[in-house]
Amino acid sequence: MSFFSALIVAVLFSVGVYLLLQRTLSRIILGLALMGHSANLLLMVVGGRAGKAPIVGAFGPEDTVADPLPQALALTAIVISFGVISFLLAIAYRSWVLTQNDEVEDDVEDARIAQLGEAEMRRWWSRPR
Amino acid sequence: MVEQAKMSVLLVLPIVLPLLAAALAIIAYNHRTLQRIVAVGALIAVVADSAFLLVAVERDGVQSVQMGAWPAPLGITLVVDMFSALMLVISMVTVLSVLIYAIGQPGVDHDQPVFHPVYLVMTAGVALSFTTGDLFNLFVAYEITLAASYVLITLGGRREQIRSGMTYIIINLLASTLFVVGIAWVYAATGTVNMADLAVKIAQLPSGTQTALSMFLLVVFGIKAAIFPLFFWLPDSYPTARMPVTAVFAGLLTKVGVYSIIRTQTLLFPQNRPSTILLVCAGLTMAIGVLGAIAQNDMKRILSFHIVSQIGYMILGLGLFSVAGVAGTVFFIFHQIPVKTALFLATGLVEQSTGSTALSKVGGMIRRTPLVAGLFLLAALSLAGIPPFSGFVGKLGIIQAGFGAGEYAIVGVSLVVSLLTLFSMIKIWNGVFLGTPEDPTLRLASATSEERLSTPVLMRGATVALVGVTLAIALFAGTLFDLSERAAQGLLDPSAYIQQVLG
Repeated sequence: MSFFSALIVAVLFSVGVYLLLQRTLSRIILGLALMGHSANLLLMVVGGRAGKAPIVGAFGPEDTVADPLPQALALTAIVISFGVISFLLAIAYRSWVLTQNDEVEDDVEDARIAQLGEAEMRRWWSRPR
Repeated sequence: MVEQAKMSVLLVLPIVLPLLAAALAIIAYNHRTLQRIVAVGALIAVVADSAFLLVAVERDGVQSVQMGAWPAPLGITLVVDMFSALMLVISMVTVLSVLIYAIGQPGVDHDQPVFHPVYLVMTAGVALSFTTGDLFNLFVAYEITLAASYVLITLGGRREQIRSGMTYIIINLLASTLFVVGIAWVYAATGTVNMADLAVKIAQLPSGTQTALSMFLLVVFGIKAAIFPLFFWLPDSYPTARMPVTAVFAGLLTKVGVYSIIRTQTLLFPQNRPSTILLVCAGLTMAIGVLGAIAQNDMKRILSFHIVSQIGYMILGLGLFSVAGVAGTVFFIFHQIPVKTALFLATGLVEQSTGSTALSKVGGMIRRTPLVAGLFLLAALSLAGIPPFSGFVGKLGIIQAGFGAGEYAIVGVSLVVSLLTLFSMIKIWNGVFLGTPEDPTLRLASATSEERLSTPVLMRGATVALVGVTLAIALFAGTLFDLSERAAQGLLDPSAYIQQVLG
């Protein structure tokens, strides 16, 4: 495993996490995409050294070809994250059409319950004793 | 040889049939009746097939098939042991009931041509995650299930659904990314992703590496299973979907996460059992879930918090890592899938006839629809674990195992949580079924008396059937508990599983 690939994996992941923690949807989606790339790159890194195309008998002895399994795994993961990110973008667009802004909204019911709780608290402290 | 060929067909059917049916349902895009026939037909066949598998596993032990005849550990293996077979049977029965309910409910599949295809794809994903014997294939199974669930949870595109669906998708996508990272680490350490092969190879790793891998996978599946402290997304996102969708998610999706936790922790990391951390998480999951439920004022949200709370019991049984504890967990999951779904379906009947599920708005339902009240009561008592219902048997098994292991603190927590569960069921009962009649601004007041009382017969029928299943679980609790015990023995001593896959 080369130091550089590992460094790129780490940088992509941390940038992804930073973007994921933002409040706007477009940044969150970009963050998820970067984290996905980082994970796929990690799959390539763990596959060991680079080598020839893994076709048996076509490019020489078996110990000179690359490990094909991580490539297959990464390919599958890329296709899946491509599909899901596209869907997420469609949902983000729908959200923008409905609310005219790009921010993540709060849970309304949750806020209501929290208010009830606070009101209850105040009543408890100001009760006649 | 013939026997083996027959088994390979039986094993792939729960995955292939729903996928083929989904393709047919897409072709029949504008023919709702045809779509319904295809979907129901496929799921009935899958239920029958899973029952065959259960019988075969009961008779002959673990069954497996190598996809494309690639020898293990090179190819993808499908494996059914007692645990998978039990999960497969009960989840397919539940999926079928909810499909019939969804067909009955006006406006679910009627103006949504994609409902049936997507629902069937989700079914295939759930079946694959229960039967796969390959870690990366498990990731694919999750993605199939989740991609379908993303569509289902936002189907209709209302503002509320988009808001909560977004949270749901982002959280699950994050968990999936972490899962890929986990698989990469596992592959880097062992050079394989076949679970039986991993069981052998992980045992040779240094203990620190084992712990790192085991904890990482626990976090990944913990997000999916909604255990403390990773549960916060669930009570927000589930209640906004249409009722059949919420019901099937509540019944199945978190349990797929729990299944994966149990499978990976028992099969892959037998020397490195995170007993204490699981027990602590279990206690906090139970307690915080039920306390969250008590604060809520809407049936759907109360029940969503209870999903979290009940997950705690499953993790508790696993955390004991004894045959008695794991057997209790297996039985508890088996009971929980139909009970939870039935509770949501009954809630859906209330919503259908009144237009709301808020405790403050609905009331006096017992006089209007005694059938719905009865169905809810049976399922609620079972959830709270009142004897002689099925929840009692599951909780008794887990608690006895807890006493056996000397874990008195966690057993105490689970008993208190049980009481609080009963309390919050009574809260729903008093608010919705007893109490004063509903808010006059609701649909009920303006509708004619027939309109308000009639819920479609298929919706009621499906709920009755599912409550019937939970009663049957209580009735055959002895047999089922024996099967759960065998499943637990197979989980804690996976040599038969490994032998069957690697040959």
